Amino acid sequence: MQIIYTDVLVIGGGLAGQRAAIGARRRGHEAIVLSLVPAKRSHSAAAQGGMQASLGNCLGASGDNEDIHFADTVRGSDWGADQQVVRMFTHIAPKAIRELSAWGVPWNRVQQGTRDITINGQKQRIEESAAAHGLITARNFGGTEKWRACYVSDGTGHAMLYTMSNQAIAAGIPVHDRREALALIHDGERCCGAIVRNLQNGELLAYVAKATCIATGGFGRIYRVSTNAIINEGMGAAIALETGIAQLGNMEAVQFHPTAIVPAGILVTEGCRGDGGLLLDSAGHRFMPDYEPNKMELASRDVVSRRMEQHIAAGHGVKGRFGEHLWLDIRLLGKTHIERNLREVKEICHYFLGIDPVSDLIPVRPAQHYSMGGVRTDHRGQSPQLRGLFAAGEAACWDIHGFNRLGGNSVAETVVAGMVVGDSMADYCDSAEGALQISTTLIEAFGRREQQRLATIANGGSGENAFELTRLMQDTMTENVGIFRHGDKLKHAVDTLATLQQRATNITLRSSARGANPELVAAYRLQRMLKLAQCTAYGALQRTESRGAHYRADYPQRNDGQWLNRTLASWPEADARLPTLGYEKLDIMAMELPPGWRGYGDKDHIAHPDTDLRQREINAALAELGDNADRYQRQRTLMPFNHLLPAHLRGHNERLGDKT
Amino acid sequence: MNLIATEEGPRTLQISVLRHNPQDTESTPHWQTFELEEAQSMTLFIALNEIRQTMEPSLQFDFVCRAGICGSCGMLVNGRPGLACRTLTRNLPDKITLAPLPGFELIGDLSVNTGKWMRGMSEHLETWIHQHNLEQTDIDRLEERMEPELAEKIYELERCIECGCCIAACGTARMREDFIGAAGLNQIARFRLDPRDERTDADFYTLVGDESGVFGCMTLLGCEDYCPKDLPLAAQIAFLRGRMVAASL
Repeated sequence: MQIIYTDVLVIGGGLAGQRAAIGARRRGHEAIVLSLVPAKRSHSAAAQGGMQASLGNCLGASGDNEDIHFADTVRGSDWGADQQVVRMFTHIAPKAIRELSAWGVPWNRVQQGTRDITINGQKQRIEESAAAHGLITARNFGGTEKWRACYVSDGTGHAMLYTMSNQAIAAGIPVHDRREALALIHDGERCCGAIVRNLQNGELLAYVAKATCIATGGFGRIYRVSTNAIINEGMGAAIALETGIAQLGNMEAVQFHPTAIVPAGILVTEGCRGDGGLLLDSAGHRFMPDYEPNKMELASRDVVSRRMEQHIAAGHGVKGRFGEHLWLDIRLLGKTHIERNLREVKEICHYFLGIDPVSDLIPVRPAQHYSMGGVRTDHRGQSPQLRGLFAAGEAACWDIHGFNRLGGNSVAETVVAGMVVGDSMADYCDSAEGALQISTTLIEAFGRREQQRLATIANGGSGENAFELTRLMQDTMTENVGIFRHGDKLKHAVDTLATLQQRATNITLRSSARGANPELVAAYRLQRMLKLAQCTAYGALQRTESRGAHYRADYPQRNDGQWLNRTLASWPEADARLPTLGYEKLDIMAMELPPGWRGYGDKDHIAHPDTDLRQREINAALAELGDNADRYQRQRTLMPFNHLLPAHLRGHNERLGDKT
Repeated sequence: MNLIATEEGPRTLQISVLRHNPQDTESTPHWQTFELEEAQSMTLFIALNEIRQTMEPSLQFDFVCRAGICGSCGMLVNGRPGLACRTLTRNLPDKITLAPLPGFELIGDLSVNTGKWMRGMSEHLETWIHQHNLEQTDIDRLEERMEPELAEKIYELERCIECGCCIAACGTARMREDFIGAAGLNQIARFRLDPRDERTDADFYTLVGDESGVFGCMTLLGCEDYCPKDLPLAAQIAFLRGRMVAASL
């Protein structure tokens, strides 16, 4: 078995992985990126509408800053997020976007003068200032107080990923594409690389590294209906889980995006609603204001998706060949706007639906979209359980999204986390702790184990079909672990998945094709996906409350008294039926923003006794500080975070309105 | 799955795939034909997966986003390059032939190594912003301003998804292995337009001022005809040729 040595091994070639690799490389460490596909084809490219960063340049963004972005994000998370990490994130996001701007992303810019926009179904004329002309502009998105989603038409992720990839190429970072990590090499305490399969010829090889970073994105493909790319099977999170040591956080927190086209499940951006698009029912009635009078179509995604399903269940869905759906109406935005700012949407509608959104309604229904859960890390992106293992982006639970992510915060997280984790890995490699002593015996043992697992699949079994079992898993998840969850259905899902896990050990391949063998790939990925699916279903069954995207019809209230915590899943015994769950408490007394109503969605929740206590403490601290304190001082008093940031990322972010 | 309700009932499609597995020394290129019943809204992505799952598990092809934005699934559909994922079978005749994109290393069946080709092109043309003090950018300060219209013009060229259809459709690329094609020339046009890139026309001339570059184009326009993103490739190449002639004087 060939062994490749490097300082830093990044598994995943999307925005997070490549930015982390660039960060480590800039600090003088050798980095290799592994990717299932050519890096520019990663799922980051599919992000359409925008990246949240509180630049505050355009009129709709004026007055924006880190404080507002922080509060929006925490409310969006339904108080499930780690507030210190959210602070780090909102502080670095403007720097991330400015770095990308210098690197070549053609962000859309503020045009001074008047223009017409669509708000709440009406045309309005606004005037952009001359002072802001040429700075990065932003559009409105769900769950935010300000226009904060900076964009490149509706190809934001594509433009970001190409710029990032080009920078990685400029830095001479090798991307070993069409290669898949099958297992992390570790000695029980320290991760030191991965056993990797070449997807062109089927050979196994070992990568040995001081620091290993999982940046493989989400695991949406455990569901049948998902906006995710078909490579989003969560293999990075799965191999972390299979160490038996590293833990996954909040796997039951799964986001469903309101506007996936029916039946293909392809995303059309939240920017459609941000720019003024509406949701209509079978009678052509705009129903969101009935449910959400404040934010209407622009409540957070979990809330809008639930309201849509609720409205369909009440008999207002449009009946079609592929079941029921609702309509997304962007006709009122006009041809010019659509062809300039929503061109991918127009293309998708044209090719997959045969319609033109300038004149036609778009059939939509919520679909699985994002994995809030992932490899649990500390604030620097390292696994608390397995040293030398890092994670960034959607694959990680860092945890800025809690139980619901805001639109535009994911691409922002990829780059911000990449900046932080790249630096963390460099620090780790530079430290005494990072020095690696590893015996080739250990590497060979892991290599033999994976070879054996593949041989067992290739040679044995009792007739089970990998593709069929995958379909059964996806159906089980979509039907039982979806937007509205219930104890009975979740129990059924857990039992079904356990049976499928058993059956997946009896797969027989029909093809013995040389090389990668796509059927073999499907078989070994299924075994791992089933574990992720079980973490999701079992975690959802145990969490007897509703929080963010996790909604239990049988426990409809958010219960801060019992459930203000983060689920931690591990899988210590390889052949166990279920994961081991633990819970990490979220301490209200350390929060800058104690739990309350989000400003949209249901108002009733069961409060924690500490909430009032903490609020009084906050009020007293701010009163003592006096009215002359600036917002930085006020923030520092409540929850200091600056010391957690990499030293070079601590400066204040300049904005247009700053007093000089 | 609902089927197309026509008077004749759903069509039976005959999909012939040009197959070859270079990993298998006994494999030779050959056509294999699969018959399947057409379904409502069926794309070649859906059809090929159905073939792999129910008929031929060894069939190799590449899909990632299946939404026409990642550029993975370029192939010849009835002889013409295009993105398979967004090709609806209802727009095709009963008999469909699928073959790998020519001009790229074959991985197996319909899977070709466009990624390797594109990375090589990027390295050769240095498709990134060249600015002498890029690493010293102060990211705490307001970003550099840019005219809104210019940003949109750059994005227009940035929309290339490196699918390789323009290379497969190019007469010059058939004859010259080192031709950078419309995908490469478009990159030069994109960075030339970008004020953040300090390279001059003289610098670009050293990269594309020969027959592997802008002077290799025979203006057959296959690239623009088959570009799934409708990029203005012919106009960009013509303009670039003019600039490069000027730079050579």
